Amino acid sequence: MNPEQPPQAPDDDGRDTRGTPVGRRVFLGTLALGALGVAAAPTLQRGLESFLAGASDKDPTGLTGLLPNGGGFRYYSVTSSVPKKNADTYRLTVDGLVDRPTTYTLAALKALPQTRMVQDVQCVTGWRVPDTPFEGVRLSRLLDAAGVRSSAGAVRFTCFDGAYSESLTLDQARRADVLVALRMRDEDIGHAHGGPARLYVAPMYFYKSAKWLSGITVTEDVEPGYWEERGYDIDAWVGRSNGRDDEPTS
Amino acid sequence: MSPRADTLPAATAVRRFGRAQRGVHRATAVLMGVCVFTAACLYVPQLAQLVGRRALVVTLHQWSGLALPVPVLLGLASRAFRSDLGRLNRFGPHDRTWLRAALRRDKRPSSRPAGKFNAGQKVYAAWIAGATLVMLGTGLMMWFTHLTPLVWRTSATFVHDWLALTVGIVLAGHIGMALADPEARRGMRTGSVDRDWAEREHPLWRP
Repeated sequence: MNPEQPPQAPDDDGRDTRGTPVGRRVFLGTLALGALGVAAAPTLQRGLESFLAGASDKDPTGLTGLLPNGGGFRYYSVTSSVPKKNADTYRLTVDGLVDRPTTYTLAALKALPQTRMVQDVQCVTGWRVPDTPFEGVRLSRLLDAAGVRSSAGAVRFTCFDGAYSESLTLDQARRADVLVALRMRDEDIGHAHGGPARLYVAPMYFYKSAKWLSGITVTEDVEPGYWEERGYDIDAWVGRSNGRDDEPTS
Repeated sequence: MSPRADTLPAATAVRRFGRAQRGVHRATAVLMGVCVFTAACLYVPQLAQLVGRRALVVTLHQWSGLALPVPVLLGLASRAFRSDLGRLNRFGPHDRTWLRAALRRDKRPSSRPAGKFNAGQKVYAAWIAGATLVMLGTGLMMWFTHLTPLVWRTSATFVHDWLALTVGIVLAGHIGMALADPEARRGMRTGSVDRDWAEREHPLWRP
């Protein structure tokens, strides 16, 4: 234990390659902690979520929103860039198996009776935003105005990002909690959240609520949407699909 | 006049890393870079808005993550690489001295004895190797969702997210320390370092 002996100290074939295998212990310890983390995650997650929800209420910087489970919406787009539409350029067409194909301007949509709902938003990737107000026109009203033919069975939605699509059965589309939403959190919907108008399917995972809605086409059968062609469930009821058991949102 | 003086320039450079170690480091760095960048594009809202293309970014993230351990596994074929792994693994009494000095923020070279790798580098190497495999395991559970029950997948997401944040911070420290030490970077880039630097930073190393 004489510390004054560096001269004969470790060289390539000496103590540098002997000694205690602490590296292996750190390595295996990290693996074990990871496994333990997975096992203890349900408990840890509940605690952290409630702590972060409290912290983000008092956080003016918004940095807590970047933390895992920090709350708030996340931006997902499947294209490289999305054109911007405003009250002058936005159009929503309703066509397909209908008697009266229609094109709505934003003003025309705003002139129709508006419905406001406050529900949780649940993303299939796990995040949930509680008590989010959405306001807009019931989809069933637009379908009735267009006059759906008897041969119709489903509705397909297209978006002006040029790639995204979604679909619902006619019964799902006629539910009272399915809107063409113009306002979210009591503000006009901004571009990042899919404005000026997006679909809002309250009882389903949020990928069904297509952003940048530009087309409603009544069809015979359900055509799988963008993520559904990539493995997501078509009937995306919150808590009863995609192998998840979240609390239902509507 | 003195033959020693003639040989001096050659003696100032010391061989630190061979081709195998540098290749493994470079390939791992590139793959880790892709992993971190794509993760940021999937996660940070501002970046997500800038980049979009979600399906492509997800694919890049998955495959670079899957490939991340491959360079090290290939490196095992090299004797030089294996012997460096051996050096990273073994801790002598001098490493304990080094770690104590680091905790006290004592920066004097005399209180930081180190062989070819200092104790900090050894701990980092072991931890990042373990963390990478945890990220890989939890990542696979999220990727192949039918392999494991739902509770596991939610838990895997939780571990993957928080460990990603930790890895990001530790990695920033690793890169920051490299940026602050040009000679250490030269060692990883060219394979050779200045003898004075080696004697100052790694006094117990006998190359």
